[in-house]
Amino acid sequence: MAGHASLNIDTTPSWKGQVSPFKTSYGKMMMWFFLVSDALTFSGLLIAYGFIRHAYTGQWPIGEEVFQSLPFLGHGYPLIYVALMTFLLIISSVTMVLAVEAGHRMDRKGVTKWMFWTIIGGFFFLGSQAWEWSHFIHGSELGRVQLSDGSLAYVHGHGPEIKSLEIIKSGSHYKEGKTVEHHALHYYNDAIEAGKLSSAGTIQLSDGALAKVNFSKEAHIDELYIREAGGKFTFGQKIEGKEAQALYMDAATSGKAERIVFGANMQRNEYGPKQYAQFFFFITGFHGFHVFSGVVINIIIFFGVLRGVYHKRGHYEMVEKTGLYWHFVDLVWVFVFTFFYLV
Amino acid sequence: MERDDVIEYSLETHHSEEHGKKIRKKIYIVTFLLSAITALEVFVGIKWPMLSVSAGAWTAIKWGYIVLTLVKAAYIVLVFMHLGDEKLELRRLILFPYIIFAIYLMYILLFEGTAVNGVWMR
Repeated sequence: MAGHASLNIDTTPSWKGQVSPFKTSYGKMMMWFFLVSDALTFSGLLIAYGFIRHAYTGQWPIGEEVFQSLPFLGHGYPLIYVALMTFLLIISSVTMVLAVEAGHRMDRKGVTKWMFWTIIGGFFFLGSQAWEWSHFIHGSELGRVQLSDGSLAYVHGHGPEIKSLEIIKSGSHYKEGKTVEHHALHYYNDAIEAGKLSSAGTIQLSDGALAKVNFSKEAHIDELYIREAGGKFTFGQKIEGKEAQALYMDAATSGKAERIVFGANMQRNEYGPKQYAQFFFFITGFHGFHVFSGVVINIIIFFGVLRGVYHKRGHYEMVEKTGLYWHFVDLVWVFVFTFFYLV
Repeated sequence: MERDDVIEYSLETHHSEEHGKKIRKKIYIVTFLLSAITALEVFVGIKWPMLSVSAGAWTAIKWGYIVLTLVKAAYIVLVFMHLGDEKLELRRLILFPYIIFAIYLMYILLFEGTAVNGVWMR
C-alpha cells in the first residue's frame, strides 16, 4: 500500500545529517515558530488594549451593554450572539482536529468530509463577524446621550419610526415641497447627532434644507443608565420614565453636536472612549483577517486532499500543519472573547 | 509524484483504527468541556454584569474569567494542537519565550495604565 511508505523512512538523515532534535518535521516546527511570533503580535495588541483600558478605568464600556443584539430578534440579548460565534469557532476547530485524526488513519474520505465542514464553519464565522461589525458601526436605536450635567448614559427604549420627511425650506439638494422616504430615519439620526433638531420638531438636513418629520411611531425612552458620572448623576444610576424621556429630548434639541451619538467610527462612538472602537476594529479585524487567510489555506489543502496529493505522499501532515494554524485562530478568539466581551 | 527535496515525516504520523477511537473520544470530551466553559462564562456575564455586583465580587468574577480562559487555551493547545504529545523540549521551546514575554509586557503595561489613570484622575 502506497500510504505506508513513510513509516519506513530512516529518521537519521532527516535534518540533513543530524537526527531531528525535537522528533518532529521541519515544516511542523516552522509552523510552530510562526505561531509563537503571531501569538506575540496578538498579545502585544491585547496588552496595549489592556493599557488603554486601565488608563480609562470608569469610562470603559461594559460588554453586556454594547453587544446585545441578535439577527431577526433585535435588542435585549446580551452576549448571546458573540457566544454563538465562539461556539461556531470551537466546533470548526473540532472538525479540523477530526480531519487530522482521520489523516492519521489514512482515511481520505474522512479527511475530505471534516475539512469540508471546517471550511463551512470558517465562512459562517466570517459572515457573523461582518454582521457584528455592521451592527457595531450603525449602533443602537437611541444612541448614547450626554446629559446637561455632562454625564454619559446608555439609552434603553424604542427608537422612532419615521414615515417621511417633508421639506419645508429648500436646501442645495432637496427642494421645498418634496417628500423624502428613503433613509428618512438615517437623516433624522444624523440631524440629531449634528444638533440640528429644533424644539419645534423640525430637522435641518446636511444640505441646509429644513424638514418636518412625520412619525409613524415616536421614540420612547424607558431608562437612562449612567455609564460616566457628571455633576449631578452618579455612575451606575438609572433614571426612568418621564424624567428619562425629558432629559433625552432636552439633549436632542439642545442645538449642540454630539450630545447624542449613534454607532461607531474612528473618531467617536456611542459606547465609550474612541480608543474602544479603534481597538475593536483593529483587533477583531486582525483576527478576522487571520480567519480569512485560514479559510483560504484550508481550501487550498482541501483541493490537495480531493486530488489525493497527500494520500500518494503517504501521510497527511499538510492537513496537520494547516490544522495548527486553524486552531491558533480559535485560540486567539478565546482571548479576544474574554478581554473584549466579558471582562 | 514523490518529492525528494523535502523530507516530510513525523514519527507519530499514523495510528490504528482502534487507537483512533480513543483519540476521537478524547476530542469529544474536550469539545464538551470547551462548550460548557463558554456557556458558563456567558451565563455569569448575563446574570452578574459589572455594575450589578460589588467591586470585590467583580474582581473575583474577572479572575474567574481569566482562569477559565487559560483552561480553555490549555485544552486547545495541548489536545487540539497536539502540543501535549510533542517532546518536552519542543513544548518548552514554544511556550517559555511566549509566556515570559507576555507576562513581562502585561505586568509593565497594566501597572503603567493604572498609573496613567491615577494621574488623569488627580
